[in-house]
Amino acid sequence: MPGVPAADGIVGRGMASGSDLFRQWFDRLSTAAASGDKTAYVFVMGSLVEILRVFDFPVSFPEINSLQTAVRRVSHEYLNQAEDYGYSTDICGYVKADVAVQLRGGAHPMGTLPRPALAIATNACNTYVKWAEIWERFYHIPVFTLDVPGTRGAGGQTWPGDPDFAADCAYVKGQLQELIALCERVSGKRFDIDRLREVLGYANQMSAAWRRVIELNTSMPAVFSALTEGTVYLGVANGLRGTAEGAAYFRELVEEMEYKAVRGLGTIEHEKYRLAFVGVPCYPIFRRFNEMFAERGGVFASSTYLWFASGGTSLGFEYELTRPLESLAEGVLISVRHAMDAMFHPDRALAADLASFTLDGVVFHPIKSCRTVSTGLADSRRALMARTNVPSLFIESDMMDKRVVSEAQLKNRIDAFFEGLATRRQPAPA
Amino acid sequence: MTVLEPWIGKPLDELLGTLRDVLEDPDYPTVKRWRAAGGRVLGHFQVYFPEEIAHAAGLLPLRIRGAQIEARHAEARFGSYLCSIIKTSLELALSGRIELEMFVTHPICDAGRNLAAVWGRNFTYPCEILYLPQNANSSHAPDYLRHEYDRLRRAVERIACRPVTDDDLRHSIPVFNENRRLLRALYDIKHHQPWLLPADEAYVLTAIGGCIPREEHNSLLNAVLPQIAARTSRAQDRLRVVLEGGFCEQPPIDLLRMIAQSCYIVDDDLMIGLRWIVSDVDAGGDPLASLAGAYLEQSSYSPVQHDLRKPKEAMLLERIRRAGAGAAIITAAKMCEPGLEEQVAYSKALDAMQIPYFVSEFEESMTSFDTLQVQLETFVENVLFA
Repeated sequence: MPGVPAADGIVGRGMASGSDLFRQWFDRLSTAAASGDKTAYVFVMGSLVEILRVFDFPVSFPEINSLQTAVRRVSHEYLNQAEDYGYSTDICGYVKADVAVQLRGGAHPMGTLPRPALAIATNACNTYVKWAEIWERFYHIPVFTLDVPGTRGAGGQTWPGDPDFAADCAYVKGQLQELIALCERVSGKRFDIDRLREVLGYANQMSAAWRRVIELNTSMPAVFSALTEGTVYLGVANGLRGTAEGAAYFRELVEEMEYKAVRGLGTIEHEKYRLAFVGVPCYPIFRRFNEMFAERGGVFASSTYLWFASGGTSLGFEYELTRPLESLAEGVLISVRHAMDAMFHPDRALAADLASFTLDGVVFHPIKSCRTVSTGLADSRRALMARTNVPSLFIESDMMDKRVVSEAQLKNRIDAFFEGLATRRQPAPA
Repeated sequence: MTVLEPWIGKPLDELLGTLRDVLEDPDYPTVKRWRAAGGRVLGHFQVYFPEEIAHAAGLLPLRIRGAQIEARHAEARFGSYLCSIIKTSLELALSGRIELEMFVTHPICDAGRNLAAVWGRNFTYPCEILYLPQNANSSHAPDYLRHEYDRLRRAVERIACRPVTDDDLRHSIPVFNENRRLLRALYDIKHHQPWLLPADEAYVLTAIGGCIPREEHNSLLNAVLPQIAARTSRAQDRLRVVLEGGFCEQPPIDLLRMIAQSCYIVDDDLMIGLRWIVSDVDAGGDPLASLAGAYLEQSSYSPVQHDLRKPKEAMLLERIRRAGAGAAIITAAKMCEPGLEEQVAYSKALDAMQIPYFVSEFEESMTSFDTLQVQLETFVENVLFA
C-alpha cells in the first residue's frame, strides 16, 4: 500500500520519506519567514535552483504552495480572497491562491511562507511572467525573466552543432550570467563556481535517477502511480534539486522501484488497464480522482505531468562539470524546451509511449486554470487517434477550483471509458 | 498590386462604409484577390510581427485577428475555457476562408503560443512560433532577436521560393515607416480633434492595414487624412477616455461605435501590433538588427510583453496623461488571461491616482450592447456631473 513502508523497509519508502522531506522543506520555509532570510520565488519549469543554491537562497515554489491548498481542501478560501481583491474567476487558480497567501502575510496550511527577495520566472508558461509581475508590484523586488526559446515548429528541435541552437544557447548563457550578477547583488555573496559544480553534480544524480524511475514504470505491473505517487516524487525532484538529500532520496527511489520491478510488485493489487495521464492533476479531489480509475483496475503508468512539471529534467540531461556554465545553459535550454514540448506536442511523445509502457488508454485532462497545458489537448487527442487506435478519454475539471469539478460527471465518463476498454478486451465473435 | 475595389474619388463616408464591410467580411476578399493574382500569404497571429520580412519576400503579411464567425470546426480542437479569437482564427483556416503558405504565432500568452502546434497538426504548410524575446531587459536580447529574425527570413525564403536580401529589407522598411507615420497622424486626429474621427472609423482605417498590401494602406491613409481634417463636425461636451484591452482579440466595431456615442476615445491599444514601433526604423546598416532594436527600444507596451522599463500601469497613466483623457475604459476579452490580470494592476493604479475608470469584458462575437451602454452612460454621467 503506497505510503506505508513494508517490513522489508524498501517498498513504500519513497512515499514515506518523500512526505517527510516535503514537510521539512516547508518547515525550513517557515523558519526563513521568521528569521527574514532572503528567499527566492521560482517556478517548476526552469527553477534555476542550480544557481540559487550557490547563494544559499531558500527557495519557494508558489505553484507547489498553491496546489497544497487544494490538496488540503482550503483552496476555495484563498481563491475567494483573491477574487474579492479583483482577480477574475477566469484566470489561473495557482496565481489567485498565491495572491491570497501574500495578502495573508504568508499564512499557508503548511506553515508561514517567507516574502520574496528575488523572483525568477521562465517563459515556459506565460502566466509565470504575469505572476512575477504581481510580486514586483507587491514587494518592489527584482524579477528576472529567464527567456528559454522553445521548439519553433513540431519536430524542429535543434541540437549542439546547429547554428540556431548555438544562438539560443548563447542567449540563455548570457542571461544566466546576468542572473548570477543579480544574485550576487541581492545576496551580498560572491559567485563560487566550485560550489556550482557541486550543486550540478547532485542535480545530475537526481536527473539520471528521475529518468530511470520513470523508465521503470514500463514494468508490468506498474511500480508506481504516475498520477499520485509520481506527484510526490515530483515534489522532491523540484524542491530538493541540487542537494545531497535530494540526490540520496532519488538513489533510494531507484532502488525501491527496481526492487518492485524485479519482484513484480505493482502499485495496485490487480492491474487490468495501463493508462497515460495527459494534463495537470485534479488537486481538489486528488486521491478520489485516482481512485475512480484504480477501482476499475486502471493504473497511470505514464504522465506528461511528470515531464513538464519537473522542468523537463525527466529527460535526464546531465551537466558537464568541466564547463559548468556552458553546460548549464545547454541543459536548461534542452530541458525546459522538453517541458514545453510535453505541453504543446504531447501527441508525439505519447505515440512512442504506447508501446514502451504497454498502454491500454490515454486520459486527457484539460483544466480551466491552465491554458498552457490545456489549450491544445483536444487537438492532440484527435492527432493521436488519427495515428493510433488507442482508446482515449477527455475530461475537463480544474487543478484548484472545486466549483468546476463535478465528481459525479467525471465518474460517469470514467465508467463509460472503462466499459469501452472492457469491450475491447472481449474476444471477437467467431 | 491593389486588392481593394477601386476607391479613389469615393466620398469619405461611403469609403469608410466599404472598408468596414471588407474588414468584417470573414471571407477575406482582399486576400482572395491577392491569391488570385498569384500572390502568397504569410498569416501571423496577434500581437506584433515584423511584417517587413514577409513583405521583402513579396508575400502578403496577413494579420489574423479572429472573426465574427461560428467556430464549427475549431471547437473540436480546443477545450472549453478559451478566448474566442483563438478559436475563430483557426476556424478561418479550417473552413477554407483563408489559405496560407505559412502560419506564425508568438509566445504572447498561454493559449496563443499553443496555436503553432494546433495549426501544425491540421495543415501541412510550415506553422511555427516566432520566439520574440521575453527578457527584453537582457543585454543579449538584441543579438538573439536579430538571429531569430534571420531564422524567420530563411523560413520565409523557403515558402517565397526566392532569397530575401538585405537590400530587399531596406526597401521594405521605409514602406512600413511611412505606414506607421500615417497611423500616428491618424491617432493625432483622435487626440486633438476626436470629433472629426469617431473611434469606430479610426479603427476601420487602422485595422484594414492588416489585410491589404501596406503600400495600398499608405495610399488610402494619404488620401483620407486630409478629408478627415476637412470635416466640419463640431466638438461636443463628451468625456475623453483611453480604451485599454484591445491588444489581441478585437471588440466588435459596433461596440466601439456605441462607446463613441458617449465618449471620445482619444487613445487606445486596438491593433497595437500595427503601431508597436513608435518611431522610424533605420533602413540603412543591418536591417534585421534595426528591426530587432526597434522591437526592443522603440516600442509601445502591452500586457503580453514584460519589460522592467515599461510597467504597464505606469505606461497606461502616461498614455492617459499624454492624451489629455479624463477617464479610462479598462476592458479585456473574455477568458483573456493577460488582459484580465492586467485589469487588477490598472484599476489599483487608477484608484491611487483618482482617475475614474470603467471595467468591462467583451467578446468579438457580441451583438447586443444594451446593458453595457446603460452602464457606460451611467459611468459617463457620474464623471461629467461629479
